[in-house]
Amino acid sequence: MGAHQTFPRGAVRIHGLSKSFTLNGAALPVLRDMNLYIRPGESLAVVGPSGCGKTTLLRVLAGLEAPDGGQVRIDGRPVQGVGTERAVIFQEPRLLPWLTVLGNVAFGFEVRGVPKAEAEAQARQNIRLVGLGEFEDAFPAQLSGGMAQRVGIARALAVQPEILLLDEPLGALDAMTRITMQDELARIWREQQVTMILVTHDLEEAIFLADRVLVMPREKGTPPRLIDIDLPRPRDRSEARFVAMRRRLMAEFGLH
Amino acid sequence: MVLQLLDPPFQAATSPAAAIRRRTGVGARGFAARWGLLIGFVMLWQVSSTRGWVNPAVFPPLDTIAAALWKGLASGALLDDIAISLRRSGIAFGAAVALGIPLGLFMGQIRAVERALDPVLQLFRQTSALALYPVFILLLGLGEASKVFVIFWATLFPILLATIGGVKQVDRKLIEMARTFGASRLTVFRRVVLPASVPAIFVGLRLSATTALLLLIAAEMIGANKGVGFQVMNAQYNFQIPLMFAAIFLLAGLGLAANIVLVLLQRRLCRWADMTR
Ligand SMILES: Nc1ncnc2c1ncn2[C@@H]1O[C@H](COP(=O)(O)OP(=O)(O)OP(=O)(O)O)[C@@H](O)[C@H]1O
Ligand SMILES: [Mg+2]
Repeated sequence: MGAHQTFPRGAVRIHGLSKSFTLNGAALPVLRDMNLYIRPGESLAVVGPSGCGKTTLLRVLAGLEAPDGGQVRIDGRPVQGVGTERAVIFQEPRLLPWLTVLGNVAFGFEVRGVPKAEAEAQARQNIRLVGLGEFEDAFPAQLSGGMAQRVGIARALAVQPEILLLDEPLGALDAMTRITMQDELARIWREQQVTMILVTHDLEEAIFLADRVLVMPREKGTPPRLIDIDLPRPRDRSEARFVAMRRRLMAEFGLH
Repeated sequence: MVLQLLDPPFQAATSPAAAIRRRTGVGARGFAARWGLLIGFVMLWQVSSTRGWVNPAVFPPLDTIAAALWKGLASGALLDDIAISLRRSGIAFGAAVALGIPLGLFMGQIRAVERALDPVLQLFRQTSALALYPVFILLLGLGEASKVFVIFWATLFPILLATIGGVKQVDRKLIEMARTFGASRLTVFRRVVLPASVPAIFVGLRLSATTALLLLIAAEMIGANKGVGFQVMNAQYNFQIPLMFAAIFLLAGLGLAANIVLVLLQRRLCRWADMTR
C-alpha cells in the first residue's frame, strides 16, 4: 500500500467459481457457479450453515485450494496459488512454538526474504497495534488463547496485505474476549484500509464488522444471498437498527 | 521482591528462565528426593561389604574400587582404554548422526521414499545388531572396522526412525501457514519442519547414545585387547575384581556424561518444547 498508488487495491472478483470434492468416490459439489465482486477496502462477512462451503471458499481465495471451474481475480490478475497480497488468519493462531511473539510476527516478512531487522521493526509496530507490546519476548505457550490469536492477527497485518482472509478467527474465544477482539478488528480494518473477508458463525459479529453479509445456502443450487449492512460506524450492538438487522439475518436462516 | 510476587502472571510471561528455575526446585528437599536413594545404595554397599554381609571378594568395598580406579587412571593404563573406547563409539555415533539425521529428514518429507523403505527399516531394526556382529566380523575382519560398524549399525536406526517420525508429525497447519506467507519449499523446511523435528531427533540421539555404549562393551568383549569393555572382561578373568568394578563404573560414567551433554544441548535448543508440555 504505497503512497504512489492512484487507486485503492484489494478488489476481488469471483467469476463462475465452482469446486467439488470427492468423498468416498462420489463427487460432492461444494461451490457451484459462484459470482461475486468485492470492492477494494470492503468488509465482507460470510455466514451459512455448517458444511456449506465457507472454509472452502476462503481456501480457494487464499490459493490453498484450486477451483474446478471459474476463476478468482485480484485487482484484475487471476489467482494462482498463494500470493503475497493476501494474508490468512486461521481459526487457530498457528504460531510457531519455538519463536517468541516478535519472532512469530516477523516470520511472515522474513520468509519472503526481507532482512531480519526490517521485519522485526515492522513486527514491533504491529505487536503494539494489537496491544501486546509488553509480550514481545514471550513464547506462545505463555500466552492466553486471546493473546495468541492477536499475535496471529499481528503476523498477518505485518506483511501489509491488501486482502485479509479470516476463517472464524474468534470462534475459539470466550464471549468477553470475542467482543474486545471484534472492536480491535473493526479498528484495524478502519486504520489499515484492507479488504476483509471474514467467515463467521456469529451473526452479531457479521453485522458488527461487515459492509455486506454473504449468506450461503444449505442446499446447493440456490444462489447465495447478499445483505447490505448500512449502519453507521462505529456500531452499537444494542442500538435498535442493529437489533432489527440481527432479527432479519436470523430470519434468513429460518431461526424465528 | 514483594512487587514481583504480587504480579505473578506478568513475571511468568516475561521471564521464562525464572519459571524454569522455579520448576526445577533446587532446595534441600529437592536434593534429598533426587539423590537420597542413590546415596542410600552407596552406603549400603559399603557397609555390607566391610561388615561381610556380602562376599567382599565379589563385591569389594567401594574405597577399594575407588583406589583401583585411581591407580588405573594415574598409571595411564585405563586412560588408554577410555581413549580407544571413546574413539570407537565416537566415530560410530558421529557417522550414525551424520547419515541418520539428513537421511531421516529427507525420508520423512517424501512419502513415497518413506513408504518404500519402511519395511526394510523395520526388518533391520528388529534384527539385533549383536546377532549381526559375526556377519560384520566375516565381512570386515576382527579389527577396528567391524567394531565401529556394529556400533554404527545399532545407533543408526534409533536416530533415523526418530528423525523420520519427527518430520512426519510436524503440524501440517503450521506448514500451510508458512506457505500462505509465500515461503518456498526450502524455507518451509528450514523455518518450520527442521525446528519442529528437533525434540524428536533428540529422543533418537539419547536412545542412540545409550545403544552405542551397550554395543561398545559387547564388541570389546569379543576379540579386543583394549578398551573399557575389554578391561571388564580381562579384570574378571584375572580376578582383579576391584578393577572390574572400576571399569564398570567408568562405563556408567561415560553413559551419564554422554546423556548430560545431550540433555544440556537439548535444553538449549528446545526450551520451547519444555514450555509447551
Ligand atoms: N479436503 C476435503 N476433502 C473432501 N471433502 C471436503 C474437504 N474439505 C471440505 N470438504 C467438504 O466440503 C464441504 C464444505 O466444507 P467447508 O469446510 O467449506 O464447510 P464450512 O462451511 O466451512 O463449515 P463449518 O461452518 O462447519 O466450518 C463439507 O461437506 C466437507 O465435507
Ligand atoms: Mg469452516
